[in-house]
Amino acid sequence: MGKRVLLIEDEPNIIQAISFILSRDGWTVDTHADGRTAMDEVARRRPDLIILDVMLPNRSGFDILADLRADPGTESLPVLMLTARGQARDRDLAERMGASRFMTKPFSNAEVLEAVRDLVTA
Amino acid sequence: MIGFNMLVAVCLAYVALLFGVAFAAERRAERGDVGWLRSPLVYTLSLSIYCTAWTFYGAVGYAVNSGLEFVTIYLGPTLVMVGWWWLLRKLVRIGRSQRITSIADLISSRYGKSNLLGVFVTLLAVIGTTPYIALQLQSVTLSFAVFSADGGGVPEFEQLDTTAVVVAAGLTLFTILFGTRTLDANERHHGVVTAIALEAVVKLFALLAVGVFVVWGIAGGPADIAARIAQSDIARWEPAAGRWAGLIFLSGAAFLCLPRMFQVMVVENSDERHVAVASWAFPLYLFLMSLFVIPIAVVGLELLPQGNADLYVLTVPLAEDRDGLAMLSFLGGFSSATSMVIVAAIALSTMVSNHIVMPIWLSLRREAASMSGDVRDVVITARRISIAAVLLLGYLYFHFSGGSTALAAIGLISFAGVAQVLPALLGGLFWRGASRNGAAVGLAVGFVVWAYTLFLPSFGESFLMSGAAVAEGPFGIGWLRPRALFGMDGLDPVVHSVFWSMLLNTAAFVMVSLFSFPGPLERLQGAQFVNVFEHSSSARGWAQGGAEAEDLLIMSQRILGSDAAQALFQREAARQGGGGYLPDTTPDFIETLERELAGSVGAATAHAMVGQITGGASVSVEDLMAVADETAQIMEHTTQLEAQREELSRTARQLREANEKLTLLSIQKDAFLSQISHELRTPMTSIRAFSEIMMAEAPMAEADQQRFATIIHDEAIRLTRLLDDLLDLSVLENGQVSLNWQEADLHLVIERAVAAAGLQGSALTIRRDPALEKVRLLTDTDRLAQVFINLIANAEKYCDAARPELRIAVAQRGEGVRVDFVDNGSGIPKESQSMIFEKFSRLTDQSRAGGAGLGLAICREIVDRLGGSIAYLPGQGGAAFRVTLPLAQAKAAE
Repeated sequence: MGKRVLLIEDEPNIIQAISFILSRDGWTVDTHADGRTAMDEVARRRPDLIILDVMLPNRSGFDILADLRADPGTESLPVLMLTARGQARDRDLAERMGASRFMTKPFSNAEVLEAVRDLVTA
Repeated sequence: MIGFNMLVAVCLAYVALLFGVAFAAERRAERGDVGWLRSPLVYTLSLSIYCTAWTFYGAVGYAVNSGLEFVTIYLGPTLVMVGWWWLLRKLVRIGRSQRITSIADLISSRYGKSNLLGVFVTLLAVIGTTPYIALQLQSVTLSFAVFSADGGGVPEFEQLDTTAVVVAAGLTLFTILFGTRTLDANERHHGVVTAIALEAVVKLFALLAVGVFVVWGIAGGPADIAARIAQSDIARWEPAAGRWAGLIFLSGAAFLCLPRMFQVMVVENSDERHVAVASWAFPLYLFLMSLFVIPIAVVGLELLPQGNADLYVLTVPLAEDRDGLAMLSFLGGFSSATSMVIVAAIALSTMVSNHIVMPIWLSLRREAASMSGDVRDVVITARRISIAAVLLLGYLYFHFSGGSTALAAIGLISFAGVAQVLPALLGGLFWRGASRNGAAVGLAVGFVVWAYTLFLPSFGESFLMSGAAVAEGPFGIGWLRPRALFGMDGLDPVVHSVFWSMLLNTAAFVMVSLFSFPGPLERLQGAQFVNVFEHSSSARGWAQGGAEAEDLLIMSQRILGSDAAQALFQREAARQGGGGYLPDTTPDFIETLERELAGSVGAATAHAMVGQITGGASVSVEDLMAVADETAQIMEHTTQLEAQREELSRTARQLREANEKLTLLSIQKDAFLSQISHELRTPMTSIRAFSEIMMAEAPMAEADQQRFATIIHDEAIRLTRLLDDLLDLSVLENGQVSLNWQEADLHLVIERAVAAAGLQGSALTIRRDPALEKVRLLTDTDRLAQVFINLIANAEKYCDAARPELRIAVAQRGEGVRVDFVDNGSGIPKESQSMIFEKFSRLTDQSRAGGAGLGLAICREIVDRLGGSIAYLPGQGGAAFRVTLPLAQAKAAE
């Protein structure tokens, strides 16, 4: 397959875990940890899927999602959102703002892998 | 026979005693134990600097030349003290409520904090006082010369000159040491006042001793002396009514206006009630000082008809071979001279530094004055240099006038000069209509007339005015003759000068005041001065808003010192019902602050500095209204309304603050849950993900396996630590914590915290002064160390300076000890300062900072339990935390 995933997340250990799971499944994984420059990174990497954390330094994942959906180039790009806050309010908000999928940490590896495959082939 | 060397030795011993007394008094005052240092008796004795060497030696000479007329010099102050003590009380009250630092400051402050007037009065005072200081130097050197002559050699002028230089230098040293030790907010000098009180006793005792010796030792008792007086020339002097009235008026006016008298009477006054005691005790002192003047003069004339009458107090005992008595008398004269010079130099240096140096310095650094540079250093240096300059001027006058003029003449010239302040002073205290222009013009006219009719002619023929000009009038214009202005011939020069200068001064002051409209600030100050007893705090000078409390604090720290400034701000914040160090900048507070600053740098300078920060809008329309339609009832009514309005707005502000705080807390409560969730789930995510990887995969590189296991392990520890913190905080908050109280050394706790903070390999350097850390505490050392470690770790994490540095400063204050942690980073923004001690209030979002944002919350709980407090200290440059802890004794006493 060789498709590209951009992982926007700031916890080093979680970055390592997701990168490991996805690259072993044949995905190319780029990572980025800062909220403010995330949009530039999307434009540069042109990924097939974005995994987006909610609590990022300098800029919230929700703001980035809004930007993605407002841009014609990325409005239909699949976005998998992750959050550790685990409140129902966040899930509603994410869905209304057009996240393709919303998952709460901690997740099971199989679930993540399945969601990524689903979203890219769909 | 007393040799010159012996005399010098006694002199030095006496000076050493004065140094010791002053030093002991300062030490005592530093310990806060003021006690008898500030009794009415010391106050009364300090007033005796009115009696200078001129009085001590000169009164006898005066009596020889003019009979009883010398009494006028004592009668003026006596009348003021007995009849006008209510005026003194008003002066003292104003001095205290407005934090007045000198007579120039008083005039400047009354007339709209005008610096021009401050400069004017300062110059007048310097010019008027210089001859007087010269006079003191002259009397000391002459008295030295008497002993030298007695010891055999006749002194040359050069020799006298050297003595004068040495005396001037010694006085400079003493005055700088005790007059400028600190830039104390209220400008009190305990050491100096105590020393001059001692000198007052010495000179009175000396003069009485000589008097007793003359009456009972030389003459045969009171009856014999009365007979001798009746036979002498002195009894034949007819008092001239005009001159008597003039001189009594002059000495009374000078008593009120002399810078040094203002210094001891108003600035150094610690209690208004002392004035009541002084009002009878000081005239009594003056009476005793004058009691034996005539007997000494009569006996002196009999024994030494060719001698210098100004020195009879000294030469009569010498002629009778009473060396001990002569020595005592010498010390009395020495005391009179030195105490006057010291206080005059302090008063003048305060005026010069506050009204001339500071305004110049301030205008040179207009934009940065309040924010950078140490103002205290500038002021103190300016004062020291001014003291030296004042004494140098005095010496130069002595040197160039050649020590020839009779003592009394110089004294009267000085008196007439400073008396020019009187119309502006009295007008300012009792007449609302007195205006700045009036005061300035009056002073200028008075000064010019005084200089023309008295001061310049006193230099003799060669200097500035030719003999012909004095005798015939300038350019031969008869009615401009300095000694007979407008053809008023036949008057005594002093009375003539006083008559014209005071008349023209007062007339100009009144006329210009009537025809000029005072500015708003002048009217406000006028109301505060004239009505000081009715409402000392109702008129205001500052409009609401504009100033940042932190900027004001930074400026105040530079002038008052950080301790005093922080205490002032904290007190005000507490009074307003808040906490911390930053009160609201209400007009009242700014007014209070300005007065505190005025105590150090004078009214005009303080006003200018505060104006720079508040943006200069000094008087609001509201305040102008208050001044414009002010009658007694309206004032009372507005004051009540004002108080109610302030009460209301204070309550409203407190409610608003409480509401804001509650809203924030509720948001925080939500955020707290969400934060806990986040902090717990994040490590759990890694643990779950990596354990699933390790569970599912059969073949995996050894290195990967090792790495993943380490991550799982580290994250498990992070979870545990978070749970520990939460538990710790919960226990502390519920007060269930058991503390291990023990007596401990603060130094060891800090030492332990620094070692445990894990700074190896960190860029952060720590600066400490271990000597100050030797403090015994009753505390829980583990818990205290935990607080310190947290503060050090925070500095390590968040200090963003290129060369991060943390200063740990320990200071004992009263029953507590303060430990300040100040770094050199960019500090914490003002809007966040109030929240940093709340849970999860980590200012950055990154988990890389390590903790969960519970550290400071835990610190606050711990310090609370230990009986202390922790606060953020604004205005220190970097982030600064102050931990205050009770000392071991104080804690044990509970």
